[in-house]
Amino acid sequence: MSKLSIELPGLSLKNPIIPASGCFGFGREYSQFYDLSKLGAIMIKATTPEPRFGNPTPRVAETDAGMLNAIGLQNPGLKKVISEELTWLSNHDVPIIANIAGSQIEDYVKVAREISQASNVHALELNISCPNVKEGGITFGTDPEVAKKVTKAVKDVSSVPVYVKLSPNVTNIVEMAKAVEAGGADGLTMINTLVGMRLHLKTGKPIIANRTGGLSGPAIKPVALRMIYEVSQQTSLPIIGMGGITNAEDVIEFFYAGASAVAVGTANFVDPFVCPTIIDELPALLDELGFDHISQCTGRSWK
Amino acid sequence: MIVKETMKVLSHKELAPAIFELTLQGQLVEEMKQPGQFVHVKTSDGLDPLLRRPISICSFNQHEQSFTMIYRAGGKGTKLLSRKTETETVDVLGPLGNGFPVDAVESGETALLVGGGIGVPPLYQLSQMLVAKGVQVIHVLGFETKSAVFYEREFAALGETYIATVDGSHGTKGFVTDVMKDLADSYKAIYSCGPTPMLKALEAGYSDKPLYLSLEERMGCGVGACFACVCHSGEGSSYKKICSDGPVFRAGEVIL
Ligand SMILES: Cc1cc2nc3c(=O)[nH]c(=O)nc-3n(C[C@H](O)[C@H](O)[C@H](O)COP(=O)(O)OP(=O)(O)OC[C@H]3O[C@@H](n4cnc5c(N)ncnc54)[C@H](O)[C@@H]3O)c2cc1C
Ligand SMILES: Cc1cc2nc3c(=O)[nH]c(=O)nc-3n(C[C@H](O)[C@H](O)[C@H](O)COP(=O)(O)O)c2cc1C
Ligand code: FES
Repeated sequence: MSKLSIELPGLSLKNPIIPASGCFGFGREYSQFYDLSKLGAIMIKATTPEPRFGNPTPRVAETDAGMLNAIGLQNPGLKKVISEELTWLSNHDVPIIANIAGSQIEDYVKVAREISQASNVHALELNISCPNVKEGGITFGTDPEVAKKVTKAVKDVSSVPVYVKLSPNVTNIVEMAKAVEAGGADGLTMINTLVGMRLHLKTGKPIIANRTGGLSGPAIKPVALRMIYEVSQQTSLPIIGMGGITNAEDVIEFFYAGASAVAVGTANFVDPFVCPTIIDELPALLDELGFDHISQCTGRSWK
Repeated sequence: MIVKETMKVLSHKELAPAIFELTLQGQLVEEMKQPGQFVHVKTSDGLDPLLRRPISICSFNQHEQSFTMIYRAGGKGTKLLSRKTETETVDVLGPLGNGFPVDAVESGETALLVGGGIGVPPLYQLSQMLVAKGVQVIHVLGFETKSAVFYEREFAALGETYIATVDGSHGTKGFVTDVMKDLADSYKAIYSCGPTPMLKALEAGYSDKPLYLSLEERMGCGVGACFACVCHSGEGSSYKKICSDGPVFRAGEVIL
């Protein structure tokens, strides 16, 4: 397995495969299928200071080779996430990356301060890119100055490294990456979903009750690759790449673009075993391509 | 336990225009115990359509390791599924969710089973299991029109069966509630599955007895991880997930 081990700020990963935030809950459901300690790490569902119900349903709509979602950051709130979910997860030998969200900077600071104390939380993922909530979320992720400010505020209180999750819904992704780097980020995760829409053939109205939703799945893979390709050449921060990964070949392509680890989201819904399957398939694929270690693939597209 | 399996197509036929009956075989069937659970079906081998389709289990046979589902080929995924032939396989995840409580009615008592359109199928396994334990069953099944009716004979073999069609081309003209208002009030509980307006009408008019409703919502994961399929279950942020807490709920447990 040493072909796959990766060292990143705060994270000693057995392998670079991580279920993406919001696509894996807090791990309980997928523990019915396999041992969670097989995973490199787990990115848990976005956590906000208070419990949230989220948006009205329908919250998902299928698209060509993808899906839209507007869950609206539903979660049981900081207290329960720490006392119930993280405690349950601590019985598994797997580092947790806590995805944190809020409506204002104070929310991010509160969640960061408390959740980073949990013994199995090895890093934070700052979700400044959720397109599905009215306040916060994406507004923090589209203005470089605001993104820098929230990054800095969270860095000041977090006891673990902070990764900032970038939104693809911007004209200049490199500018955003540089802003959060200046704010003190330890790493980047990218990309979150792209804002999209589907209309109902009979009613003519949006399928999703929230009207718009975030596009994910194989449909967004080329966008994610392009953005990682650009950002990885312009910043020195390590990147956890995501967006449409469904197999081991996709993982290698993300590494070529400039990623040092990857997250798998929507594909878990299609095949609950997708993460362990990819982990099992990677070593043979690396052999076939002539690499001794997966880290040799990082940035091959531009090196 | 939830299993993912590539299952063999045993038979596949069109029962009514665009209504298909598909029987699959595999070990996954060993996990099927309650009526009213569902499976999550991959309708293509590739990345499009991407998501699985939730379809109710209509009946299962442990002895033959087979189960049957009945579905309407309406959209992209179900139309692709309808082209599967007996030499092919289907990727199935299941069984999922919590079904109808068979023990809500005792042997010798009567149960009323109310289905609307493509909500009728899961009632078939339920009816079989109720009859097997000595419960008398009454079926009230609603359809759009005569040609859309399926399984009338199968249900009639298990107990009294009434059909309602919206256009009156078969059975009573109108909705299931038009049949129900003339039925003697001899039943102990009502089990139902169908469109939300039908479930709402039942909840409004028939909540004095134990009433069980099977709900539908657009799904992502189907296993409780993505929060796509939630509904409110009372005040504030309390909720239930239709895929893993349901799809069957006691009336009043969730807000329709
Ligand atoms: C628990 C449960 C049990 C079901 N049992 C049956 C059954 O036994 N027989 C049957 O014919 N149908 C059943 N349905 C409805 C069935 O899931 C949809 O008709 C089907 O998913 C539509 O897919 P499509 O490819 O035809 O349409 P498309 O338009 O291609 O579907 C696009 C997306 O929307 C979703 N979707 C569209 N309509 C519905 C709907 N009514 N409910 C949930 N998701 C929807 C699809 O799953 C897919 O993700 C059930 C739904 C649920 C939730
Ligand atoms: C249903 C759903 C819920 C999501 N919830 C979150 C979330 O809570 N926080 C977050 O940062 N990203 C969330 N995401 C975005 C994913 O983590 C990921 O960035 C995106 O889906 C792209 O990866 P994929 O194509 O592999 O799914 C969600 C995505 C989906 C599909
Ligand atoms: S469909 Fe994912 S939680 Fe129900």
